[in-house]
Amino acid sequence: MEEFLKFDGVTKQFGHLKAVDDVTLTINRGEIFSILGPSGCGKTTLLRMLAGFEAPDTGRILLAGEDITDQAPNVRKINTVFQTYALFPHMTVRENIAFGLKLRKLPKATIDQEVDKMLAMIQMEAHADKKPAQLSGGQKQRSAIARALVLKPSVLLLDEPLAALDLKLRQRMSLELSLIHDEVGITFVYVTHDQNEAMSISDHIAVMQNGKIEQVGTPAEIYEAPKSSFVAAFIGDTNFFDGTITCVLDSEYCEVEVPDLSKKLICFNDKKLVQGDSVHLSIRPEKFSISLDRPAENPRQNVLPAKVEDIVYQGDHTRYWVSIAEDWRVAVTRQHNRFLLDQRRITWGDQVFISWQADDSFMLEQYREKDEDLLQMPPQNVGEEVPGAAVTAPEPSDTSVAPADGQATGQEEASQQ
Amino acid sequence: MTRRSIFPAIVTWLVLFFFYVPIILLVVNSFNLNSYGTAWKGFTLKWYTQLFVSDEGRAIWRSLYITVVVGALATLGSTILGTCAAFALHRYKSTLQNIHYTLIYTPLVLPEILIGISLLIFFASIHMPLGMTSIVLAHITFCVSYVTLAVLSRLQDFDMSVLEAARDLGASNWTTTWKVLVPIILPGILAGALLAFTLSIDDFVITFLVNGPGSTTLPIQIQGMIKRGRSMPLINSISSILLAITFLALLGSKLLMKTRPKK
Repeated sequence: MEEFLKFDGVTKQFGHLKAVDDVTLTINRGEIFSILGPSGCGKTTLLRMLAGFEAPDTGRILLAGEDITDQAPNVRKINTVFQTYALFPHMTVRENIAFGLKLRKLPKATIDQEVDKMLAMIQMEAHADKKPAQLSGGQKQRSAIARALVLKPSVLLLDEPLAALDLKLRQRMSLELSLIHDEVGITFVYVTHDQNEAMSISDHIAVMQNGKIEQVGTPAEIYEAPKSSFVAAFIGDTNFFDGTITCVLDSEYCEVEVPDLSKKLICFNDKKLVQGDSVHLSIRPEKFSISLDRPAENPRQNVLPAKVEDIVYQGDHTRYWVSIAEDWRVAVTRQHNRFLLDQRRITWGDQVFISWQADDSFMLEQYREKDEDLLQMPPQNVGEEVPGAAVTAPEPSDTSVAPADGQATGQEEASQQ
Repeated sequence: MTRRSIFPAIVTWLVLFFFYVPIILLVVNSFNLNSYGTAWKGFTLKWYTQLFVSDEGRAIWRSLYITVVVGALATLGSTILGTCAAFALHRYKSTLQNIHYTLIYTPLVLPEILIGISLLIFFASIHMPLGMTSIVLAHITFCVSYVTLAVLSRLQDFDMSVLEAARDLGASNWTTTWKVLVPIILPGILAGALLAFTLSIDDFVITFLVNGPGSTTLPIQIQGMIKRGRSMPLINSISSILLAITFLALLGSKLLMKTRPKK
């Protein structure tokens, strides 16, 4: 992989707001690189600086070693697919795609040939003479991509390209995007707030928050080894355990005392912390096992008794929220790898055991308490004292109190779409 | 089953009646031998002939010519100024722009007589002789508001990222403006221009206050002729001709629209 596109200490300020704060970022040639973050995190500003629509206050942007910081957008070898597509409404699809080529004063035969090639690639030959207003969302999307790609840019920027499409179309288009990427082989820089989108198509992801890059890595690195509580909570779902290291067992493992929990936890000490250090653990819901019977003892496994508080059946898996202490609920996922009725049924109010391997928790480098708001927590359900046999579906109620961790519910719908 | 109310039908017919019957009467009377139009005395083309041979007829044509020239100049001026104002208002938001917007908007609600008198006092105080120039300036003054609002409404529906897209695809600022921006908002500009022309053509109150010798527009001319109580049939015939032109223009534009592919 070759270093191709580089942000070097780029800062952009709007009034008092630092939209982009000292960002240094390297993007390889030919990869799909996603910039992922909640709205207002500065990802769009970063993209607009790359396209040339905004000038950074400080810092440089390098493309293949060349400083393009002060280049105007119309001379950069970078093209953009806009969130609103921004097709020219007064031109047909063909004219839209030909726009950039005509500006280059290419011979008409060449233009026609190039446009036809693009139309074939996006399978829009039949709609070539339609105006944008006559196209569906997906067709507009494809036209916008073709219009940018026909100029053979070094980098294609995509600004939330799927946000305006409905779910099914979004899934199809993201697949199509990777196919197009395989075909043209140029670098894609993809801005999105949708973690699923970013995970499914990216080679690398940069997670942004408050104008800063929180973490850069492959989708698996970002998911499995988040550096901060924000990354852990924003990508997928997780549970946080805060404690103090009481004992380092050997070079690999340590014991952590967590307030409110009766037992010390054993966990993998990849950060090589020492006794007395405070530690923040992130454990993904699917790393837990949930069972009605106490699992067999294992020195490298943690077991906690818990009570089922809430259940959401999702077909392929079920999400449980179980309380492990007073006012402390954790999310647990159970995969249904067998026919549902053949598994022992776990229901509301059941006393269960959750267990996980010491290697499956991950130590965070950075922890901010407010990131707990990002966790998916159902409102405290009514009727939780009802014995297991006579349960009804919990009703989310306006009067229900805040969830177990004492934080506001903070149902980040966007993060789970 | 409920019966449909007949109220809408009555209103519709009343509106149509009051709208078109006077116009029909005017056209009919332009062919009426009776010069007072009180009763039908027989068919004649006398008034149309007189329109071309009599002194009064010539005065009418001259005033029509002045009206069209004034209208064209006022349209040109107000369209350019109004379009610029709309752009400024759309692109920049500040307290100053709010004042700007209020200034643009106020002439729409201000009584015409007030605009006319203030303009008259203004022209007098700067010792500007009243005539074609003062009329054109006055017309531009009140037409700018209409053009601005017409263009502004078009701009508000306009996705500004289209301009960025053009820049992104390699267009210079100049090309972006002429190949993308202007074609897209042209309908707004044309609508504003048409509105300005129409308003200028039939403005009476303001024109009456700021006109001078040798710059009599058609509405002023007609008013004078009515006041002197003569040549009513000539007014009928010139009005009928203008009516015919308007209808033909309307028909033409409809046909033109049809030949264009629907969006």
